[in-house]
Amino acid sequence: MAASSAPDVLQREFLTIRSHLIDLAALLDRVDRGDGPWRDDPRAVQVIQSLQALTAAEPGRAEKLLQIFSLSYDAAWRTTFNL
Amino acid sequence: MEFFDPHIHIASRTTDDLATMAMMGCRVVGEPAFWMGYDRSGANSFYDYFRQLTEWEPKRCAPYGLRHYCWLGINAKEAENVAFAREVIALLPEFLSRPNVLGIGEIGLHKCTRNEVATLQALIDLAMQHQQQMLFHTPHLEDKYKGTRMILDLLRADRRVSPARVCIDHCEEHTIRLALDEGYWAGITLYPTTKATPQRAVDMVEMYGPERILVNSSADWGPSDPTAVAKFMLAMRQRKHSDALIRRIVYDNPRQFCGQSANYREP
Repeated sequence: MAASSAPDVLQREFLTIRSHLIDLAALLDRVDRGDGPWRDDPRAVQVIQSLQALTAAEPGRAEKLLQIFSLSYDAAWRTTFNL
Repeated sequence: MEFFDPHIHIASRTTDDLATMAMMGCRVVGEPAFWMGYDRSGANSFYDYFRQLTEWEPKRCAPYGLRHYCWLGINAKEAENVAFAREVIALLPEFLSRPNVLGIGEIGLHKCTRNEVATLQALIDLAMQHQQQMLFHTPHLEDKYKGTRMILDLLRADRRVSPARVCIDHCEEHTIRLALDEGYWAGITLYPTTKATPQRAVDMVEMYGPERILVNSSADWGPSDPTAVAKFMLAMRQRKHSDALIRRIVYDNPRQFCGQSANYREP
């Protein structure tokens, strides 16, 4: 169900993409201006993995980012719980 | 255009909000029982809350032309104390035949513990014994994927459960396919910073189609927006989706899902 062509979507969304990217850059600058190291924090690792995932050339980026920020699922959880 | 917000915590909203929603076209609301922001001190507190959802909130909504339905249960955040949860679950049967009760909800997992699972199994069993529909809360943030998979494992293991009578709520891009592929309804919650935005909800409709999709505000006492469904409708229109498609998602779909409850009446 694609309502528009990709160039039309880019035309419509370009300023929003630009705005969100600049917001993101400013957010990371804000963290950098704080005292002390932060890049070893597990949350920082998730942020960096997410930035790398954004540059992928295929769709599914939102799902990929949500997976990066998710705990893993263990299919044997019922055994772990003795259920 | 008329719409139905199938998940909103009316007890946490002002009458100004109800008037705004009505002016935007809202005609029906569904209010699941949930955590009030603090743990209740006893089962009687739940008893009063169930009375509020079945007696008082419908009266508060009526002057604005809003038909009020609710779901009853104990939320995952208060499910860790299994003995306490069983006291609350024992209160539920007397309320299930009240005229605005659609089923058991919102129930689910929060931190995905063994005790939460035990309470959830008891709630699913109660729902099945009373032929009730179910509305599932899926966990927040990093727990969502794991918790959604565990909820689906529990439901799949119970042969009495009909997926068409179950909504897996608060789906996002990494969980919506899991719910839809197994025949469940998938709720998309529109929140300012967590869950989904109206734009991402439109993306999911474009990716998966309108079938068995519900869009809701889940507006409560925290940062949330009772006009979120109207904002989704605007986002759909801005992307040139038809009025028929928008109406299907925001009005026909929730009526179809909730219409499976014995207590549901068309507005």
